Amino acid sequence: MTARPLFQRSPMPGFGLSMGVTLTMLSLVVLLPIGALLMKGAAFGPAGIWDTVNRPRVWAALFLSFRLSLFAALFNLVFGTLLAWVLVRYRFPGRRLLDAAVDLPFALPTAVAGIALTALYAPNGAFGSLAKEIGWKIAYSQWGIFLALVFVGLPFVTRTVQPVVEEIDREVEEASATLGAGRLTTITRIILPMLAPAALTGFALALARAVGEYGSVIFIAGNIPLVTEIAPLLIVIQLEEFNYDAAAAIGIAMLLISFAMLLVINLIQIWSRRRIGHV
Amino acid sequence: MIALAPYPSLILGLMPALPLPRRRNTQSKEPPMYATITLAGTVTAQGPQTGAHADGRITVHDGSREVTGWPIARSLRGALSGLALAVLGLGGGAAFQPAQAETLLNVSYDPTRELYRELDQVFADWWVAQGHDPAQIEVSHGGSGAQARAVIDGLEAQVVTLALASDIDKIAAAGLLPEDWQSKLPHNSSPYTSTIVFLVREGNPKGIKDWGDLVADGVEVITPNPKTSGGARWNYLAAWAWAEKNGKDPKAFVGDLFKHVPVLDSGARGATTTFAQRGIGDVLLAWENEAYLALAELGEDQFDIVVPSVSILAEPPVALVEKNIKTDAQRELAEAYLNFLYTPEGQAVVWKNFYRGWDTSKAAPEDVARFPKLDLVTIADFGGWKKAQPEHFGDGGIFDQIYVPK
Repeated sequence: MTARPLFQRSPMPGFGLSMGVTLTMLSLVVLLPIGALLMKGAAFGPAGIWDTVNRPRVWAALFLSFRLSLFAALFNLVFGTLLAWVLVRYRFPGRRLLDAAVDLPFALPTAVAGIALTALYAPNGAFGSLAKEIGWKIAYSQWGIFLALVFVGLPFVTRTVQPVVEEIDREVEEASATLGAGRLTTITRIILPMLAPAALTGFALALARAVGEYGSVIFIAGNIPLVTEIAPLLIVIQLEEFNYDAAAAIGIAMLLISFAMLLVINLIQIWSRRRIGHV
Repeated sequence: MIALAPYPSLILGLMPALPLPRRRNTQSKEPPMYATITLAGTVTAQGPQTGAHADGRITVHDGSREVTGWPIARSLRGALSGLALAVLGLGGGAAFQPAQAETLLNVSYDPTRELYRELDQVFADWWVAQGHDPAQIEVSHGGSGAQARAVIDGLEAQVVTLALASDIDKIAAAGLLPEDWQSKLPHNSSPYTSTIVFLVREGNPKGIKDWGDLVADGVEVITPNPKTSGGARWNYLAAWAWAEKNGKDPKAFVGDLFKHVPVLDSGARGATTTFAQRGIGDVLLAWENEAYLALAELGEDQFDIVVPSVSILAEPPVALVEKNIKTDAQRELAEAYLNFLYTPEGQAVVWKNFYRGWDTSKAAPEDVARFPKLDLVTIADFGGWKKAQPEHFGDGGIFDQIYVPK
């Protein structure tokens, strides 16, 4: 009896070539930069990283970045799903235009978005002046950051949920109705569980994007330390001081927190898939 | 279409399988002056048309030889030129520059855009007038620290013109230029200086006259972040100097001052925009040149310049990056460029762009007259950048201590 080979050759041809190309591309684009970041951090040492991160200002910035990113992603989860539903299920004039506009945050340079939002929501801007009358400051406060993060993350949830809404058979809803379920029950028990995995994927993407966002936020944030200073700005500040170690340390801290958050989201996703019994 | 003829290989690389073009009878029409043809389906040649054949082929004169082939359909040729232009733009460009044009990259900081736009033009004309071939001068602008980092990381600048000597010190520490760079040119290698003034709204509604008024109740001050902006470090040090001269605790004063800052932009231009366009704040701490520029660009009826009793002499230095000089010709150009900044012609441009120059002989009198005399402290009073930088702006320095939670 011969021992089972370690690798079973796949009957599908082309595995070696396609895997090689994939690994090379992935290494060049993703693994090498992250590896370089971790190397830099390793040279600095865990104690050095902890000393850099364990300061009130850094904690405040990290907390601010992740908290607002989470809120923005949650906002996009709700309204992005709603938008996807409207775009797929209803026919109305201008639908295609609206559909195309969803992608604009991807296409627009983030600096342009940031400046445009600031111009609109600054106290002398079109909306900012209205908000000012009721004593609500949007630009140069945490609301401004939230707004910018919602903007850059909007397409993710909508674009991941849209194809799933298209796939849903209307018969399922009709069956639910014939069996006596109310509209609310149909939505919460039938529709939402089907949308959940895709929506969560979009949520994770929007969250990851928001955490790393720098270009648009920097114009609208006000950048006051401890109040409206985001973590990516702290990294830039450290770089301005030629303090590469500290910049890498904050980068690694963000990477770890992001990793933990994405892990949790993935676990929720697995759980939600199991619950509805199919992929 | 230009410049393709000597480099058919480029087009070959782009179009390995050119479809055979449709036959056309070119005899019936007026023969085009300039034509592109294909030979054997792939090879391309270009030149003035010299003859046409009965089967639709045409003959062109391709520089050194007569070539006969199928003319490329007009639309196809358009696409071809477009593609070739795209390739040129993507990086083939270098091959097509005249070989003798010497190039120079000047890496500068943010508010010098207007200055160097004009200076480069004047210098280029002067350079040609001196009997040299035209030179290609490029300028890159950005935050002073970020620009220094780009040069350290390999941006091949032959000349740096930054906001702070400490930024050029960092480049020297990386071994790109000698440590004693600042003694190589007159006036601490600073061909122009500036200072920090206040820009207030028209009529000065909050009655701001001097540094002490900035910490009054209800006054909002706009300044960029000293951690990211060279200009803001001068703002901070000028405030410090005023407090020292007026018997106040400087540390408490600057701490109080930054409590009045509602928005900390990352660069000087961003702060000007926040103040001028967004209408935030009552006073902008700005480079003198930036303040005058704001007046000139945005209207004199909107803002006033207030000159404080004490300010700081800001010396933005220039230097030659020795390691990035490749040829003697390039060195000659780079040295001429830096020295030109000190000539009466160069200084005239400096004055005109709201910087304080040294030589007024060729400057317009009104450009010189606009600057009031001021009590100026210098960075030497702070012990030089080598001492001031870590003490005030380093990690955990005095500026960082302002922003600690209570």
